Amino acid sequence: MISLKGVVKSFGAARILNGIDLDVPDGQRIALIGSNGAGKTTLFRCLLGEYTHEGSVTVDGRDPRHHRTEVLRLVGFVPQIAPRLEMPVAALMRYVADVTGGRVEDMEAIAARMGLDVAPIRSRAFVKLSGGMKQKLLIAMALGRPTRLLILDEPAANLDPGARAVLFELLAERPEVTMVISSHRIDEIAALVNRVIELEHGRIILDDTVTDAGALGSTFTVRLETARAEPSFARAATEWGLTETSEGRWTGSIAGPDRLRFLGFVARHAGLVKGFTLDEEAASAGGDRDAVASLS
Amino acid sequence: MRAPETVPAAAPAGSSFWTGFAATFRLEVAEAFRARWFAFYALVFFGLVGMLLVFGLTESRVLGFTGLSRTLVTYIQLTMAILPVFILITTVRSLAGDREAGVFEYVLGLPVGIGAWYAGRFLGRYLLAAAPVIAALFAAVIYGAVRGVRVPWLELGFDIGLLLVMIFAFVGLGFLISAVTRSVDTAQTLAFIIWLVLVLGLDLVLLGALIRGRMAIEGVVAIAMLNPLQVFRTGSMLLFDPQLVLLGPTAFTVFDIFGRAGFMVWSFAYPLVLGLVTALGGWAIFRRGDLP
Repeated sequence: MISLKGVVKSFGAARILNGIDLDVPDGQRIALIGSNGAGKTTLFRCLLGEYTHEGSVTVDGRDPRHHRTEVLRLVGFVPQIAPRLEMPVAALMRYVADVTGGRVEDMEAIAARMGLDVAPIRSRAFVKLSGGMKQKLLIAMALGRPTRLLILDEPAANLDPGARAVLFELLAERPEVTMVISSHRIDEIAALVNRVIELEHGRIILDDTVTDAGALGSTFTVRLETARAEPSFARAATEWGLTETSEGRWTGSIAGPDRLRFLGFVARHAGLVKGFTLDEEAASAGGDRDAVASLS
Repeated sequence: MRAPETVPAAAPAGSSFWTGFAATFRLEVAEAFRARWFAFYALVFFGLVGMLLVFGLTESRVLGFTGLSRTLVTYIQLTMAILPVFILITTVRSLAGDREAGVFEYVLGLPVGIGAWYAGRFLGRYLLAAAPVIAALFAAVIYGAVRGVRVPWLELGFDIGLLLVMIFAFVGLGFLISAVTRSVDTAQTLAFIIWLVLVLGLDLVLLGALIRGRMAIEGVVAIAMLNPLQVFRTGSMLLFDPQLVLLGPTAFTVFDIFGRAGFMVWSFAYPLVLGLVTALGGWAIFRRGDLP
């Protein structure tokens, strides 16, 4: 699906991509990780045909620079930073639908699944939406149309846990779509991908396949007990969708791909947590209940 | 609302030139109607016409002109003073601002051809720049006609044509500046300098000084003929003041060399060619480099 050979991109004296060679077969899901300035966004812009560069980039056998519309019709793109578009939401969605051959209704349906009702914000300027709303809308416009390649630059950065879970579901529903997902942190997207590529100073320093134990669409039941009431913990637990069934006892469920982040949340409150279990739910685990973590 | 489906097997065909062009054009116009610059821009020209009408159509005589002819002459002269800098600054702010705001990264990551996108933005911007100027002029004409004032249709048509080609030239310049610069600050500074140079090229004292400095008359005339502001200024007065006695020595000399018909053709053709060349130059530069 994607082939990069000797890709070099410089801005003046600064060499941002330093000879990237990469082949990505159809249907592969790649985590592109690396620190700030590693070259992730520059690589994406080369894939989208937006940057000139040395070496060659092909997507589906075509150079995205010279066959823009043919290549980009296959691509759904979510940028790291939402563009400051002054246009109304409805006009933006119409535009995206017109040039991609998609349907506004499909994009609205995806937005609705992510918890964003488009109807009340149709006439609002895109730039005036909250960070989370912009992100949901950008994801809806990328996923709400037919694509064969998704390029997602930090797609979950502004999303609440509920919306993140839906995003993981939506990606799981597209097993045939090739994905390149960037993140600063591997734990953010580890469960979404089957290959990890790490960039550093414009070079690939790690290229590894991932055996993913947690299915993309899986869900985990959480039971958690705290030693005492703590307002900051209660707020964070509520944001994760947990409910307090009795004093100090919390239950709820989280998306499989979110489990590493959730474990991080639990670890941050280790002094408060008395007991904790995380079980994969039977429905999405094919009948098996798989205890991933427990502490008591 | 139907439930979302998983990805259909085939992706749709990429958008054609016309689909991309039409969508971009619509978007440019839709966005401008929400923008403060456009509201202010329209307000300035309608305010200008309103003021001219308030000061009276028929009661006074200025430089030999009365009624709607006087309003038209004054409007044209004021327009020449403010329209080019308005167009240049708003155009480069819009394009360079979009680049800085990450709009190019997102929009040009969609399957729209660069040519279709560029043409859609250019023509959208041109329509937005021209519409308030011409609409304000028509508002004056309608008001004058209702008041029973003679409408100078020939002069009006001629000057509307000149306005349209001058706007075209400056939108083209704005696109060229936006293509060669990477930031709003640089683009605005360059736009302002270009406008300033053109205004200085209008100044009769400067041209007089060039003549006194023994610069060849052909050189002075060439400066005047290549300055779209001077071309507009001279052209717009041709019908009102056939001998161009109000404009001073440069215009008179230009008129003397080219003749009336020759200058009329030049005053339409040159801004059109200038706008086209700068717009196409901007497109060539834009598509060759990094887009965002």
